[in-house]
Amino acid sequence: MVVGLEVHTELKTNTKMFCGCVNVFGAAPNTNVCPVCLGLPGALPVLNVRAVELAMAIGTALHSTISPSTFHRKNYFYPDMPKDFQISQYDLPINAGGYLDLPDGSRVTIERAHLEEDTGKSTHLGGSGRIHGADRSLVDYNRSGVPLVEIVSGPDIRSSAQARAYVAELRGILIATGASDGRMEEGSMRIDANVSVRKSGEPFGTRCEIKNLNSLRSLQRAIDFEAQRQADLLDEGGAVRQETRHWDENLATTSTMRVKEEADDYRYFREPDLVDLIPDLAWQQRVRDALGPMPAQRRSTLSARLDLPTDALLGAVEVVIDLGLDGFVNGAIDAGVAPELAIARAANELAASIDTLDNLTLASFVATLMMEQRGDLSATQAKSILLELLAAGGDPQAIAASKGYERLASGALGDLVATLIEANPDEWSRYREGDEKLAQFFVGQVMARTKGQANGKEVIAELKARR
Amino acid sequence: MNSAEQIARDVQSGSMSATSVLQMSLDAIRARNEELNVFLYVDEEGAFETASSIDARIAKGEDVGPLAGVPVALKDNLCQDGIPTTCSSKILEGWRPPYNATVIDRLLAAGAVPVGKTNLDEFAMGSSTENSAFGPTRNPLNPSRVPGGSSGGSAAAVAADMTPLALGSDTGGSIRQPAALCGLVGMKPSYGLVSRYGLIAFASSLDQIGPLTKSVTDAAMLLEAIAGHDEMDSTSLAEPAPSLVAHVNDGVAGKRIGLVRELIDGADEDVVASVERAVEALREAGATIVELSVPEFRLGLSAYYLIAPAEASSNLARFDGVRYGLRVNEGDVTAMMEATRTAGFGDEVKRRIMLGTYALSAGYYDAYYGQALKVRTLTIDAFARAYQQADLLLGATTPSVAFEFGSKTSNPMAMYLSDVFTIPSNLSGEPAISVPFGTGEAGLPTGVQLLGPGRSEATLFAAARVLEIAND
Repeated sequence: MVVGLEVHTELKTNTKMFCGCVNVFGAAPNTNVCPVCLGLPGALPVLNVRAVELAMAIGTALHSTISPSTFHRKNYFYPDMPKDFQISQYDLPINAGGYLDLPDGSRVTIERAHLEEDTGKSTHLGGSGRIHGADRSLVDYNRSGVPLVEIVSGPDIRSSAQARAYVAELRGILIATGASDGRMEEGSMRIDANVSVRKSGEPFGTRCEIKNLNSLRSLQRAIDFEAQRQADLLDEGGAVRQETRHWDENLATTSTMRVKEEADDYRYFREPDLVDLIPDLAWQQRVRDALGPMPAQRRSTLSARLDLPTDALLGAVEVVIDLGLDGFVNGAIDAGVAPELAIARAANELAASIDTLDNLTLASFVATLMMEQRGDLSATQAKSILLELLAAGGDPQAIAASKGYERLASGALGDLVATLIEANPDEWSRYREGDEKLAQFFVGQVMARTKGQANGKEVIAELKARR
Repeated sequence: MNSAEQIARDVQSGSMSATSVLQMSLDAIRARNEELNVFLYVDEEGAFETASSIDARIAKGEDVGPLAGVPVALKDNLCQDGIPTTCSSKILEGWRPPYNATVIDRLLAAGAVPVGKTNLDEFAMGSSTENSAFGPTRNPLNPSRVPGGSSGGSAAAVAADMTPLALGSDTGGSIRQPAALCGLVGMKPSYGLVSRYGLIAFASSLDQIGPLTKSVTDAAMLLEAIAGHDEMDSTSLAEPAPSLVAHVNDGVAGKRIGLVRELIDGADEDVVASVERAVEALREAGATIVELSVPEFRLGLSAYYLIAPAEASSNLARFDGVRYGLRVNEGDVTAMMEATRTAGFGDEVKRRIMLGTYALSAGYYDAYYGQALKVRTLTIDAFARAYQQADLLLGATTPSVAFEFGSKTSNPMAMYLSDVFTIPSNLSGEPAISVPFGTGEAGLPTGVQLLGPGRSEATLFAAARVLEIAND
């Protein structure tokens, strides 16, 4: 199969692309609107400089050439597009060419990454639930005019797994450049996939475009389904018709949206209300200088800190980098926390509460992990403190004290273990005969009696000493 | 009605109140609006509020600005907060913009009093104001004749002494042509000198707002008040507003003025005769006259009637019944849009939308729109060459004096030819002014046009003032 992807990403600017309305997700419908983004008669667009900078940052990270560019109007009628044209870039995009290297060593070329504005969002009520055949349609223009960058790959992708890896890596880059929050479920990244099949060595086949895939899972499933559909068609002696297709997540199939002959003629022409966008070299350099390391480099930096890079640990490193948690991990390692512990807590506890990460400071993360590492806290206790820090912030020592998390005196633990051995003679003798599973039985008993205050490893040490 | 210059002086000195000036203006509107169909909407209440606050501020000794208490008429394609703005189209009937065009904010800051919205050819497409959905405007100088267009209502407001000042918009001559036909001064400024924010676009790369007045000084005062950079318009020039009024009497001594053959060829004899007399007047005032030919100007009309409709087809797409204005409910959303646009737009607007859509279509773009852009570049280069030989260019504004109603409506090409002399300046984005000079057929005024390179407004006003004095 041959796949090329078009990834649309909303830029994380404070304001919209051509007006001063705030750019946020989830506000009450039609509250972040003004004459410009509503396309009212007489209103004119003024380009958001920050959007240009973020587009240049993306281009720099993708090894594109930042170029003098122009804006065009893409004309077509649609109710969620207030001007009935979209301001986009056409023959002269701001970022031309480039490439993205994937973790498996393959390279996907980038054709262009251009700026354009988002549309409003339609909700179709009753009837068919689609625009034609619904009883009523409601439009929310809060999203209208939100800046987008569309990143177009070359037809270089050869499997759905590679497509997935490409989008995952691209997502990491978009987050690292500060251009996007990468929240696919909120629609801040949307993907169109161009899929064709051919026998190995033959020229490209006729392609179909699958529109609006908004998760890695849908992307992979849709590509697999579509490639199989085309292959079956060809095997039966049929031909693939060039068309735009819709992915139905529930049915797990693609279906025809429109065929090429019905394709719109967008009547592109230069947007006369905007001037040419020619970023000077000094501006380009400032953007380049402000750019931090990209995920690939950060991944190798962090992996290099591991003594024994097992697959599981490297998987956790991947999660840490994807979520941008390496600042916490590297900070903790610098402060003396074991890399394995720092990575594990970041890839699990921090990852699970990523939306409230702002509550956690590096200092409190380090302090919690150091307490755990010293044995002042059990793993369970450390996790519960992190959970609390992530939920509401605070001081880890104070939280530990308020929860009564104090380290058991080693003598007290020994006494408790001795008591439990006496109370459970059968389990003890099976453990002594070599049934290691029963160690967990005793750990569980200790945890129950101490309300989780004991350290599991110390319990096992006590058991072993008595075996 | 007195000149804006005189009114502002009287109001500033306290010898006349802004409210009494407004009352005279409203009386004049009441006397002839029914006959002439000049104003589509008169904002009596808002105007009185503005005028009273000016009087109150003058009483406190405040400086209220250079246009203190001067009533201004606004072409009804300029958005005014809360005031019906129709573009003379049924598709916008009843719509009230929630914001002010930048020029209106600047008028208010200069102490002017906007009194109402004037009639125009629908969406500024036309040269006679006969294309208005709300009926044609009559020429106050001869009500059986057209006032020109598309800013015919604004021209008529000044010509009928309803307001001393009016704003129009000029995409292919829509200020200068009605100025010529109504015996007024009308200027299309350099592209970008006046913010287009709040001007409902016809053809964005050609549109420019400008003044229609009885005198050159009034035009300079009005333009000075509205010009200058606006951050809401990306195509607005970065420089501050030029000083214009101060240079009105600079004269033309030592200036080279080029009489352009292509700007008089095909004009009626009476119009040509006026241009020739203007040449003498400028020569007498110390200018050197050179005769020039700029053949590229002949191509302007064809290029214009591709570029302007192409942009219009896109600019007018938003009038689809979804968000504001007329909605004709029918079937699904596509059917609703079609029904709304079919019912809402007049024939000329539909004709231009179709022309423009065709010119931009895949397979035709290169032959039509692309070719027109090349002609535009040729025109710009031709102007630049002409300005190596002359400081300003001279010709007729229109081929004839004000014509009879209905005389060109059945033949769009004949109507389009009314703009043949004014279009080149829109294509190049350079300023041009029409100044009344002499009379022609039926005693109607003839207009003479002066054209200059970018930002030469002060020089143009000075030359126009020379003709104004000679004409008196």
